[in-house]
Amino acid sequence: MVEENRVILKYMGQIDPESLDDYLSIGGFQALRKALKMRRSEIIGEINESRLRGRGGAAFWTGFKWESVAVQTRRPKYMVCNSDEGEPGTFKDRYVWETVPFQVLEGMIIGAIATGIDYGFVYVRGEYPWIYRRVEKLVNILRDEGYLGSSILGSGYSFDIEVVQGAGAYVCGESSAILESIEGKRGGPRVKPPRTSVVGLFGQPTLVQNVETLANVPLIIKNGGKWYASMGTSSSTGTRIFSISGLVKKPGPYEIELGSATLGEAIQLAGGVDGELKGVIIGGASGYIVPPDFLNMPLTMEDAERRGISLGSGVIVPFTSDISVVDVVLNTMRFFEQESCGRCTPCRGGTREVVEIIEKLVRGKGTKEHISLLKRWGKTMMNASICGLGKSAPNMLLSSLKYFRNEWESLVG
Amino acid sequence: MPPEKDCREIVKEIVERHRHRKAPVLPILHDIYDTFSYLPREALEETAKLLGIPTARIYSAATFYHLFSTEQQGKYVIRVCDTLTCHMKKSREILRAIEEHLGIRVGETTPDGLFTLKTTSCIGQCDKAPAMMINDKIYVSLTPEKVIKIIESYKGVKVNGGRE
Repeated sequence: MVEENRVILKYMGQIDPESLDDYLSIGGFQALRKALKMRRSEIIGEINESRLRGRGGAAFWTGFKWESVAVQTRRPKYMVCNSDEGEPGTFKDRYVWETVPFQVLEGMIIGAIATGIDYGFVYVRGEYPWIYRRVEKLVNILRDEGYLGSSILGSGYSFDIEVVQGAGAYVCGESSAILESIEGKRGGPRVKPPRTSVVGLFGQPTLVQNVETLANVPLIIKNGGKWYASMGTSSSTGTRIFSISGLVKKPGPYEIELGSATLGEAIQLAGGVDGELKGVIIGGASGYIVPPDFLNMPLTMEDAERRGISLGSGVIVPFTSDISVVDVVLNTMRFFEQESCGRCTPCRGGTREVVEIIEKLVRGKGTKEHISLLKRWGKTMMNASICGLGKSAPNMLLSSLKYFRNEWESLVG
Repeated sequence: MPPEKDCREIVKEIVERHRHRKAPVLPILHDIYDTFSYLPREALEETAKLLGIPTARIYSAATFYHLFSTEQQGKYVIRVCDTLTCHMKKSREILRAIEEHLGIRVGETTPDGLFTLKTTSCIGQCDKAPAMMINDKIYVSLTPEKVIKIIESYKGVKVNGGRE
């Protein structure tokens, strides 16, 4: 039987997340003290050696991202902790904040020192108001205790954090839309290049990192990049917190060493499903809907990629034969229609067209041509949308057409 | 609750409270929303003036985010999640129960001005689906019976009192 390997969530339910003393008692801020004695290049060197990849969904190499901000000479430079976590099915960052919120903030401070960043923002989604209040409170504690502000712990490094509360917009989880939102505008994504590491928040170089990614940083600095890379596979090191929900018996966050479990074993860990497993949604609404053939897939980024899918933000939603795939896809496309920022036509118009076509099919008014039209719309959105939202919105639709085609064809008799 | 003080006065206080921030707009809009239960036009105009940015820019932000509203709503805004796992776990039945109980449809407000019913995108409570928010409180593991009890518990609350 596969087991969890809790590294980030090790102390879940065992410490008071708002107590600095509790955090210090589990070794909190030892990594920061160590980092303050290291050269900047050494800190980034450890992150590179850990081969840590971003946990928000894009799985970008964290060390490379840090380097690209570190070489920027324009000041000020900013950091954004992306706690927008809007991907449907994702709740793992909430559990990180519920367990070791100080560790995320410590990761930010270490990242700021390593890359020469002056000021940081934590952007907490509007649907987590208690987390927003908590982070504000903890930032104030850290400032009072000398971990934030000018000359951190007497080191001469200065860094401060401001907390921003989102107000309900899925697209703001996108790394440039979040910057627009912090600037007080609509959360529309920017056309890249330039990358946010060059031209980011208020036009300045900006490092945008996910909550779980940052929570890994103190562990890597404390125990070494080599230690971290000893977990997982060569391209997927460390652990990931999978948000397992859907129709499993024990839904929740499961921190699993990458490559140590297959998709099927992870589902078993969450109690399995009642009845016959029909399929699994992987990666959230912007992810993929796949049949039970995928159960033997090891949970690593490269194994997912090899099968033409992605782990995304770590969502696993198994479902049984009670659930209609077409209904789930329609619900998801309505979600994207609602959440499209409206800036580019393939996404704004595509989501609407797809919803209308599916509704027509469900009402029994569709034809075979409508099914091929869905595929064409999906491809168009994927190829021509500006940002990740529009590009990934048709993933579930397209994978359902590939793996559950009979359900679609049954609608046209 | 429409406060006795002049709207512009209140907005001025809110703006001053956040002026030190590098990113003041969203915190200001949140505070205005929390004060008035929506974003009144007058308040947005005053915010723009005090921050020295065009009203259109504030307005475009104010109308973009789902948790804000530029129109008056009920004192309690019920947001039922209807995405992915909540949808699979029959959030539609929760919605139907509320609609029947309050006699309103999604998007409407009860005649007494107490409740507005909305659906929402994923609120990150998928491990305890189906879930909903009432103002900024979260309710999870809902059933049609449970949701009626929760809504009834709001009816007894004094108009200007907190929930606890």
